[in-house]
Amino acid sequence: MYVDHAATTPISAPALAALTRELSRSGNPSSLHGSGRRARRSVEDARETIAAAAGAHASEVVFTSGGTEADNLAIKGLYWARRAAAPERNRILCSTVEHHAVQDTVEWLERHEGAEVVWLPVDGTGVVSLEALRAALAEAPERTALVTVMWANNEVGTIQPVHAVAAEAARYGVPVHSDAVQAFGSVPVSFADSGLATMAVSAHKIGGTVGVGALLVGRAVTLTPVQHGGGQERDIRSGTLDGAGIAAFAAAADDAVAHLGDEGPRLAALRDRLIDGIRREVPQAVLRGVDHPAPEGTRLPGNVHFTFPGCEGDSLLFLLDLAGIESSTGSACTAGVPRPSHVLLAMGLSEDEARGAQRFSLGHTSTADDVDAVVAAIGGAYARARAAGMAGHASSIRTAGTGFFS
Amino acid sequence: MRVLAAMSGGVDSAVAAARAVEAGHDVVGVHLALSRMPGTLRTGSRGCCTIEDSRDAWRACDILGIPYYVWDFSERFKADVVDDFVAEYAAGRTPNPCMRCNERIKFAALLEKALALGFDAVCTGHYAKVVEDADGNPELHRAADWAKDQSYVLGVLTHEQLRHSMFPLAETPSKAEVRAEAERRGLSVANKPDSHDICFIPDGDTRGWLEERIDLTEGDILDVDGEKIGSHPGANAFTVGQRRGLKLGTPAADGKPRFVLEIRPKQNEVVVGPEHLLAIDEMRGIKVSWAGLPIDEVLTGEEFDCMAQVRAHGDPVAARASVGSADGAPQLVVRLVEPMRGVAPGQTVVLYQGTRVLGQATIDSARSALRPEPAGLQG
Repeated sequence: MYVDHAATTPISAPALAALTRELSRSGNPSSLHGSGRRARRSVEDARETIAAAAGAHASEVVFTSGGTEADNLAIKGLYWARRAAAPERNRILCSTVEHHAVQDTVEWLERHEGAEVVWLPVDGTGVVSLEALRAALAEAPERTALVTVMWANNEVGTIQPVHAVAAEAARYGVPVHSDAVQAFGSVPVSFADSGLATMAVSAHKIGGTVGVGALLVGRAVTLTPVQHGGGQERDIRSGTLDGAGIAAFAAAADDAVAHLGDEGPRLAALRDRLIDGIRREVPQAVLRGVDHPAPEGTRLPGNVHFTFPGCEGDSLLFLLDLAGIESSTGSACTAGVPRPSHVLLAMGLSEDEARGAQRFSLGHTSTADDVDAVVAAIGGAYARARAAGMAGHASSIRTAGTGFFS
Repeated sequence: MRVLAAMSGGVDSAVAAARAVEAGHDVVGVHLALSRMPGTLRTGSRGCCTIEDSRDAWRACDILGIPYYVWDFSERFKADVVDDFVAEYAAGRTPNPCMRCNERIKFAALLEKALALGFDAVCTGHYAKVVEDADGNPELHRAADWAKDQSYVLGVLTHEQLRHSMFPLAETPSKAEVRAEAERRGLSVANKPDSHDICFIPDGDTRGWLEERIDLTEGDILDVDGEKIGSHPGANAFTVGQRRGLKLGTPAADGKPRFVLEIRPKQNEVVVGPEHLLAIDEMRGIKVSWAGLPIDEVLTGEEFDCMAQVRAHGDPVAARASVGSADGAPQLVVRLVEPMRGVAPGQTVVLYQGTRVLGQATIDSARSALRPEPAGLQG
């Protein structure tokens, strides 16, 4: 039972068809001969399709190798371009619940490029404080390079007030970037209506392949390139385009957005069934993110995130894996070392609370059977994980040094 | 059996896990994260905390077709092993952190979590043997290859811990054999160098590492008669048996080199003297434990013949041992038939009969028959 669609979701049927069709053809979209023209045609068709799916103009789509590159390009590109125009602009306003692709990029600019970071707090459900944003903007608008706030959180599924963020920043002419990797294809997203300067999206989260993504860049927005070369994408991004991956991305985006009206409510119903089931089986479990039942548009339809008191998320993950259920603790690891999630800590949880996290994320292949299997397994897994206790807490095994004879 | 294979990323644990799989057990690989800040690359042959080690362990599990997890024991490791190591040195003793890690982390914190999660045993790449007596009680024995034998660092394991321990490399004739087997099995760690040093001291400079963590106060260097013959930068920067770095201006009366005989952390004094006074005839140990069931003499309090070993690859020497008590706690008294050199408080003495490990204690004091006062920790 695969309940980790937020990590990556199986390729969709239209995407697989587009991928195999394009893989059997050759041609560099930058070449001027027949093969090149054919490849170019496919890429430009895809660009228009993705633009339509994201509510953008085709010329605003800059293909990248994925969401992480798109976030890097947006944040470094905006920062450098804004500073080049006015050297005093070194402030970055960033939420405390960003994906590492954003957070680590911002921290890198702080360490190496003289950026001053203002971390925007979130409330207990993970929603960024507009009040803090307003205050931070008003404090030194002329020194502010950019604002970055994600569209939807990858761990707890909380959807941010991106339009309001963009509107606040617009009053001072400060550009806003949003990481929409989790939102695009799951909830309605319109780049044109958002007021954003840049927006990152990824193919493999919506049924495309890994290794393809895009940065939507407003036509009036100037970005300093991060990666140099042939200047294939508006001179902002260089590198030969992955024609097959891009065609698959377009097919997946088109499919996901076309079915949003049915798929959104279907997943939301499965999500709520899973939340109810887990609460029934493990009354101690605490739903994180927006409270249940979540009003439409406040929580990703496929996201369920709980913390389980007194146990390690990785113990739970292990036991669920053993029971054939593929879930996630929800946060990134360093060298595979599980750390308490910065998102949960930012939401006010203690380290011990945050350690017990488990994310179940649903997607286009999810069924009621998947949900019921998780519910059937969770009670036993929790009891056992709780008995295994918390890392860092004393062991009850008596040893030579801890009173072997007592 | 459901077996948790502790995977360091080295060749021994990988081959041990492979053998457990081959024996038909249901095996899961676990790498212990022991540091909050894993290095980005392995330096030299060291470590159990680097990203590369973690990846090597992961790759080995992939090849064996078993699940792989990283479990975070960094907090426990810091509290029970690293901080303890510093505290012991600060108190003038010489601890063995690998033993401490076996005692508190691998066969306690890890084992406990494993048992709670439904495993039956923890498997490691140690060279040692667990055999069962007629009643099914575990006994710990030396590995077939005495050159690689690691029973010393496992001597601290108790009956309960040994019941759930599995050492598949027990009968391996040599390390070369393990490497050849890894190669045959397609394990990429086949030629990875052995780790020798203390894993949390990345550059191997134990003294430098300790000096950053222990406050040193200048004090006196005394001879065996209690006469001041020099001064030192801090008593706890020395180890018993040390010869270099004393910086005594004047030579000894007999012109022979002088060695650290004793460290008195409370008085901040270092006692030095001629080499022959390093020879120890008797030692007393605390924190006594038995590797499996204690032998009868332990229960009756009688003295028994055994071999005593005080370091991982030190030579065992013939001894007679008995268990009494001091300050209400068990005390092990080991009388050596032949004197032994290089015994420092804080070290572990492991007792053997033949290949069997009987038990161990932490050396609290050591005495030389040639010195009037008992050497060791004062006050």
